[in-house]
Amino acid sequence: MEILIQQLFNGLTIGSVYALVALGLTLVYGILHIPNFAHGALYMMGGYVTLTMMTKFGLHYWIAIFVSIIVVGLIGVLMERLVFHPLREAPPIHDKIAAIGILLFLEAFAQKIWGADYQSMPTPYESVVQIFGLTITMQRLLIVIAAIVVMILLYLFLKKTYTGATIIAMSQNREGANLVGVNTNKVAMLTFMISGGLAAIASSLSAPINLVFPGMGQLVILKAFVIIILGGMGSIPGAIVGGYILGFSESLGATYISNDYKDIIAFVLLVIILTVKPTGLFSKGGH
Amino acid sequence: MSTISNRKIVIPVLILLAVFFPLMTQNNTYIIHVMTLSFIWMIGVYGLNLLAGYTGYLSLAHAGFFAIGAYSLGILTVKAQMNFWLAFLLALVITSVIGLIVGIIALRTKEHFFAIYTLCLGYILYLVIDKWESLTEGVRGLIGIPAPANIGPIKFDNELSNYYLVLVFLLLVVLVMYRIIHSLSGRTYIAIRNSEDLAQTIGISTMKNKLTVFVLSTFFAGLSGALYASFVRFIGPDIGAIQITFDLLTYLLVGGIGTLTGPIVGTLLIVWLSQFLQDLQDQRMLIFGPILTLLVIFYPRGIVGGVSSLFQMIRSKGSQKSTTVSKGRTAKEMVIEKNTISDKQVKEG
Repeated sequence: MEILIQQLFNGLTIGSVYALVALGLTLVYGILHIPNFAHGALYMMGGYVTLTMMTKFGLHYWIAIFVSIIVVGLIGVLMERLVFHPLREAPPIHDKIAAIGILLFLEAFAQKIWGADYQSMPTPYESVVQIFGLTITMQRLLIVIAAIVVMILLYLFLKKTYTGATIIAMSQNREGANLVGVNTNKVAMLTFMISGGLAAIASSLSAPINLVFPGMGQLVILKAFVIIILGGMGSIPGAIVGGYILGFSESLGATYISNDYKDIIAFVLLVIILTVKPTGLFSKGGH
Repeated sequence: MSTISNRKIVIPVLILLAVFFPLMTQNNTYIIHVMTLSFIWMIGVYGLNLLAGYTGYLSLAHAGFFAIGAYSLGILTVKAQMNFWLAFLLALVITSVIGLIVGIIALRTKEHFFAIYTLCLGYILYLVIDKWESLTEGVRGLIGIPAPANIGPIKFDNELSNYYLVLVFLLLVVLVMYRIIHSLSGRTYIAIRNSEDLAQTIGISTMKNKLTVFVLSTFFAGLSGALYASFVRFIGPDIGAIQITFDLLTYLLVGGIGTLTGPIVGTLLIVWLSQFLQDLQDQRMLIFGPILTLLVIFYPRGIVGGVSSLFQMIRSKGSQKSTTVSKGRTAKEMVIEKNTISDKQVKEG
């Protein structure tokens, strides 16, 4: 029983990270209908920037995360400006290939700058707390709380502010939004900024319990794709729910099925979903 | 002037060049080795080209099928001690059958879903190869795959004979591709790429055609993988990794996606460039990544596409003076293709 609860909490931790990554991916997909294969590279860059800020410049964890959000957000904006914006009229296959190009570049770039070694990130929250008889590290608790806070802030931003509403408007109908005076270029840039920021938060939070290395984004991004297909491409609540579903199924699968094959669970899940319903669960008509 | 007579000269010259290439290098084993490898990759790239370039379905599981071909051959010859050529044939059959099964399911998805589906599928294939140690030896890899068995008096025990063997297969693949592209089927595939809905309304069974293309594409990948296994004679799970798919995609894109000669040009260029940048091995993507992205933005049809549109521009300037009747068949084709592409762009916008 105790193992079960412990694993459920682990699932909550992993799920929070997945949900944050998937949120960024789904926002971009909603706006531009691009499956951004380079999102995993943004996640990886976020981890490295935070790590560098902490070790080289001696910044505090939270300030390092803040810097990382800005840097990765700007990389996202650059990506939109330099690559996806010129390609917005091109056949859909081109966006994907361009995104793969960016992914390859950023991974090679990280390897060049920071080396291929696995690095661990220090955290000020090493301590262990006891809650309801469960032994939980502060960092894991922090991941869950911070992820929920970020999600609530994002929700409030999208629903309650004017700028947030323009993002929603554009994801509903790009031309329509343009007609009523939304600056679609600005919104696209903003979306990439938020998407990059979310990736940076996710990787900075999870890096202390995992490791930082050039390929750290690969599995996470694949799983994020599974999540947004699970939750409906472009759907924000779907990404959150899907993230937690995958987190729970992975941590339970690792305990009760096989630790070796725990990474395969997500992909088998996806293959089954798309086999049964080729347009994904909860897909809206049209796009 | 006519491109058809040009072609009659150019193609035999290229083939002769390939045949006498080892002589020109004075049997330099290193050069022949790299050349043979690049021929093997070309076969795989042709498979990707047929699917992604002509039919518009970006499959990111291509390396997975490459690995299935390689591992089928490896396991059948090393573990089952089967006759080489029988194993070779079986490897192709196995890859195609798996391709068929996967295709039936995967092709129900479209565009982004197809790309994501195949991406995950490629990863599953890789993980299975990596973890199923009793069959594939896991990370240790399969060692001691035999070289191709003798065909009558012909032996395949050195680099040179393997070079010619691979060259024969490559020429066959190019011939098959040529026949496909210039047949009604080829037109059908292009129609599906340009607009699947439209193709369906004019009575094309898109599913049947897409499935044929998918199986053919996996067949080429399997052929390429089997040749790779018999040539390198050692295979590890890395050959099924997503990086290999990205490599193949780079070759295809640099050469020209959706062009017949693109895979040859792109593969030769990148493989040799990588050889010259040996010490960059890990960082080569620092260069190729941006090249991939820039090409897609500025020259979506790669080097071959860029050059041919350049020629077309020159020719159309020339033909303004001369009569328009003498326009070659290919030029017309290109015009048609160009129109359809711009139609597509209009639709997308």
